Amino acid sequence: MADAPDRILLKVSDLHKRFGANVVLSGASLTVPRGSLVAVLGRSGSGKSVLLKCLANVVQPDSGVITFDGKELRSDTPSARADFRRRCSFLFQSNALFDSLTALENVALPLEQTTDLKAKEVLERSMEALKQLELDVHSESYPSQLSGGMQKRLALARAIVTQPELVLFDEPTAGLDPLRRNAVFTMIAKYQRQFGFTALIVTHDVPEALLASDRVALLSNGQMGFEGTPEEFASSQDPFVTSFRDSEASLSSQLHSIRRGETIQSKES
Amino acid sequence: MKQTQMEFLVGGFVLLGLAAIAYLTVKLGAGSIVGGDTYALEARFTNASGLNVGGSVQLAGVPVGRVEGIRVDPVDFTAIVTVSLLKDLHLSTDTMASIKTTGLIGDKYISLAPGADESLLEPGARITMTESSVDIESLIGKMAFGSLDTEKEKAPAP
Amino acid sequence: MVRSVGRYTLSIVQALGDFTLFTGHSFGSALGSRKLGRRVLRAMFEQGVRCLPVILIVGIFTGLVLGLQGYYVLNRFGSESLLGTLVSLSIIRELGPVLAALMLVGQAGSALAAELGIQRNSEQIAALETMGISSHAYLVAPRLIAALLVYPMQTALFCTIGLWGGSISGSMLLGLEPGVYWSAVERAVESRDVSECLLKAVTFGLLTVGLCAYHGFNAHRNKSATGARAVSASTTRAVVQSSIIVLAADYVITSFLI
Repeated sequence: MADAPDRILLKVSDLHKRFGANVVLSGASLTVPRGSLVAVLGRSGSGKSVLLKCLANVVQPDSGVITFDGKELRSDTPSARADFRRRCSFLFQSNALFDSLTALENVALPLEQTTDLKAKEVLERSMEALKQLELDVHSESYPSQLSGGMQKRLALARAIVTQPELVLFDEPTAGLDPLRRNAVFTMIAKYQRQFGFTALIVTHDVPEALLASDRVALLSNGQMGFEGTPEEFASSQDPFVTSFRDSEASLSSQLHSIRRGETIQSKES
Repeated sequence: MKQTQMEFLVGGFVLLGLAAIAYLTVKLGAGSIVGGDTYALEARFTNASGLNVGGSVQLAGVPVGRVEGIRVDPVDFTAIVTVSLLKDLHLSTDTMASIKTTGLIGDKYISLAPGADESLLEPGARITMTESSVDIESLIGKMAFGSLDTEKEKAPAP
Repeated sequence: MVRSVGRYTLSIVQALGDFTLFTGHSFGSALGSRKLGRRVLRAMFEQGVRCLPVILIVGIFTGLVLGLQGYYVLNRFGSESLLGTLVSLSIIRELGPVLAALMLVGQAGSALAAELGIQRNSEQIAALETMGISSHAYLVAPRLIAALLVYPMQTALFCTIGLWGGSISGSMLLGLEPGVYWSAVERAVESRDVSECLLKAVTFGLLTVGLCAYHGFNAHRNKSATGARAVSASTTRAVVQSSIIVLAADYVITSFLI
């Protein structure tokens, strides 16, 4: 079902990218069905962010084909690229909010600059997006005055205000504690269903990703080692997957034991 | 900062800036003799040292024109100075032009002394009665060595 | 040795070409940009209103000290009447455009380089591009357009206040007749001097604002530093190179026009 051509929104095949002698991507492929939430897993340094930046056209791939909604994106197809940019939003790891603009101005910016909407319409749609992400009381605040979670929501509001069909998330949970990680994934899954966009999330938080996503892909050594449903991922006997799963599991159990130790200690003291 | 307040301040700045540009170009840049129609005359000097293009031409101490060009006559090796004068200033043919200095080392300018002749100088004509610039160094030298009275300034042949 | 000279020359040529493309692209991208006027206004506020005090202060002191020094030098030759000539020609031909540009580099240019550097660092510039907003049109073009308008105004204000400074020290403090001073000013200054002054101001504005934006915008391409260090390094480089280019361009323009 996922392979029927009109069901596939984004398809990446055989993507190569190297920075000098450092080969980051060596033939990465990925299929993103329309309306799904796809998580790309991988260790840090496995080229996840570069893959996403190639998609967002921040980084130029050396070779490979990216197809969006049946149309191939190349540097010599500017109209297809422009169409892609209009229908796709990118959520940066650092949120990349404009710190000299208020929350409302941040959300209004893409509408103001890339559409012909009237000022009143821009304001209405921006306020609507803020309201949906429960930020309307902070519309006049600057990003630096908001908490980390609110900044993430504001970045999401800015990403969805243009009503994109595809939203790319670059490590949305980087540097967050497990509780917040869960909250962010829940937020993404919730709004993904509410607004009906397709989401591609690059992350290394395996348990949260497995819970929230429809499909999982594992990037390792610049290639896609696994693609399938979370259930398939959890039960896969592929050596790539098992080694990744095991190392992540042992790492997280280590972390949890350290945390538990800390909390016990702090209770004692 | 509010948009309106910024607009107000920038507007004030632009007005101030434009006023300053206007002051420089209109009040100062136009010079003391304002544009208007001019006509050209020539004058021949044995020595035009220190005189510059753009220098002032005065009559009775009033600026009435400016030096447009200085060149050497290839035949008799004198300096030919072209000046532009205000159109409504009609000079007689025996007008005398002399190169003078403001102060001891100041700017050189051309001073015109009106004559009494009935006929007037046509545009492009040449002023024949001229007095060259005084070479201060040689003047001082002559004073120092006492030979001032033995030489006299020679006016070029008309 | 010869090779390193060659390599160095090539790198300079490449940087110059890159800078020219950057400036040209920024102007070109401004054509289709939406809400450009508001951002030009903001840039004019930063370069104009914010920098006005420093321009006026430096301008008046330049005039004052020129008047003072000029008076004592000319006094030796009994030519105090030429004070207006000295002050007006020095300020309008050279000091006005150069000092005003240097002050603007120090205040507005450094701020611009740092701001763009931080925006590059926090991926705000990349974010603009992914939204389909040209970062050249959004961030650089308004600054360049504002510079074309603001630099001549600031320079003219500097010159005007400088002439007044010269008159204050010459006539009020040292007893020269104000009429003598101002008539010398009016006699000395020609329209050529004023247009040269304004031409210099426009050129300096384009070069310095372009350079500061270029270095801030490309803070990530710094090879020797990253992060906050890269921002500080690119800001320093922007200010130093802008100051040098003002003096170098001044020499070139003067030698062509004189």
